Amino acid sequence: MSRNAIGYALLVALGLVAPFVLYPIFLMQALCFALFACAFNLLIGYTGLLSFGHAAFLGMAGYAMGQAVKVWGLPPELGLLVGTAAAALLGYVIGSLAIRRQGIYFAMITLALSQMLYFFCLQAKFTGGEDGLQGVPRGDLFGLISLEDDRALYYFVFAVFVFGFCIIHRAIHSPFGQVLTAIRENEPRAVSLGYDVDKYKLLAFVISAGLSGLAGSTKTLVLGFETLTDVHWHMSGEVVLMTLLGGMGTVLGPVVGAFIVKTLENRIGEFGELLAASTGIEWFKTIGDSVTIVTGLIFVICVLAFRRGIVGEALALFRKPRG
Amino acid sequence: MEIFGVPLQAMFGQLLLGLVNGSFYAMLSLGLAVIFGLLNIINFTHGAVYMMGAYAAYIGMTAFGIGYWPALIVAPLAVGVFGMVIERTMLRWLYKLDHLYGLLLTFGLTLVLEGLFRSVFGVSGQPYPVPDALRGATDVGFMTLPNYRAWVVVASLAVCVMTWYVIERTRLGAYLRAGTENPQLVQAFGVNVPLMITLTFGFGVALAAFAGVLAAPIIQVNPLMGSNLIIIVFAVVVIGGMGSIMGSIVTGLGLGIIEGLTKVYYPEASSTVVFVIMAIVLIVRPAGLFGREK
Repeated sequence: MSRNAIGYALLVALGLVAPFVLYPIFLMQALCFALFACAFNLLIGYTGLLSFGHAAFLGMAGYAMGQAVKVWGLPPELGLLVGTAAAALLGYVIGSLAIRRQGIYFAMITLALSQMLYFFCLQAKFTGGEDGLQGVPRGDLFGLISLEDDRALYYFVFAVFVFGFCIIHRAIHSPFGQVLTAIRENEPRAVSLGYDVDKYKLLAFVISAGLSGLAGSTKTLVLGFETLTDVHWHMSGEVVLMTLLGGMGTVLGPVVGAFIVKTLENRIGEFGELLAASTGIEWFKTIGDSVTIVTGLIFVICVLAFRRGIVGEALALFRKPRG
Repeated sequence: MEIFGVPLQAMFGQLLLGLVNGSFYAMLSLGLAVIFGLLNIINFTHGAVYMMGAYAAYIGMTAFGIGYWPALIVAPLAVGVFGMVIERTMLRWLYKLDHLYGLLLTFGLTLVLEGLFRSVFGVSGQPYPVPDALRGATDVGFMTLPNYRAWVVVASLAVCVMTWYVIERTRLGAYLRAGTENPQLVQAFGVNVPLMITLTFGFGVALAAFAGVLAAPIIQVNPLMGSNLIIIVFAVVVIGGMGSIMGSIVTGLGLGIIEGLTKVYYPEASSTVVFVIMAIVLIVRPAGLFGREK
């Protein structure tokens, strides 16, 4: 077995025992965000496209899934399918518009279009507006296995994550992925080599949007509700942060980044108390109320000093010629 | 009198409101375009510095007793200096990298700034009084014109036109335009390009802060006022393209007016109409109305 295969086997084993050690709901949420970040990384890390509107896919899929399961009474597996399809379709529409411009404009267009979707979700009836979509039932998987039990649900979510991760892994290491990398490195040259760059970009965008949708609908299945938080531009920024912190263009970076950011958000209050106790500065106690300051600071530090991210830096250390 | 079933008074009222919003769009997209031209960075903090301008005026009034008129000068200066510090200490390191890092850094800064203001002032809006000289309204025949709003439109237009004049018609502007085209060559001719970049960034930021001070008496001063605006301004920039100064001004005003009209005829769409127009422009004319792709 190659070193990579052993590494992945260890990670899967870790994922299987994790719910016995850690709180399953937290783990499931983190896994959903990890998948979301991996899907996002396919664009930024491997195609060089910065989408600043990925929250649209996460949130839209969540609403579609909630609608399908709660109102139409579909089973959870079909609910996920509806959510994923909705996000992929939306990805096709937004993607076809956004790839008409390059570079920085691409980021602004995706941001603007996702903001438009935010306003749509704010006003539309089926999203519940400010109240959100509440009380989405977990139901029975394939009509057989009840997902009400947290641990059963955890293994289902874990399977979904592994499935999504494998798709991305396959896409990156296929000839298709090589063309994406070529586009990232030098778009004009990829064009001159005869590749229909726009088609590749659009396909990558749709795959990324669809898998973000899978993550979003799984998240709704876990939590049982969907709110405007998931379509807000803060969420689009958060997925950028996860990917940047973990390492853009590395396979595992986004997973690491997602777990760190989620842990940080959950524990930041305690962290602030600790800082306040050790430094005597009272202000640190309020840091729990303003997570954005901390996430913003991490952003700034990452961009200025740490652009390869955690996994990227680790790989660079590992690959340094010895002696 | 009515136009398509809408009373003329209400119609002009919304048009004026649209014009006011449009002048903010114009000032902000102008600053973004000038900064992008020279620094190759899309300044996400533009919304945050607009918010800081409003807060600078508010703090000036409550803590130091500085009135509206001095604040109109002092606040943009203070925020502009802040911007120059940011440029010197952080943005400077990113010029050789991909544009995207500039966007990411300024996005992070926006989160920090918003978070700080929120933790100090809370989320609720702070009222800022309209200056005495501009209270009340004037009857101009077809409508009653609120003096302050009229002043906002006039002041922003004047600032925009002045900016256009300086950039397109003076020697300083010529340096700036040359620096946008080819910074190395301009540097070789003995112009201090790094200084020019710092000052340009400071100017763009000050322009946004000026808009913030103008906005303070109209909307409640609150930490989120900037981020609500900046995304619309991004759409404005995509629609207009960043190639031309006049283009930015005209696009900003035009979209403000269209937004105002939408509020009259189809209020549900007023928050999304700018984005819809952006989508249409992308289909019909991908480079933007006044754009030259770089």
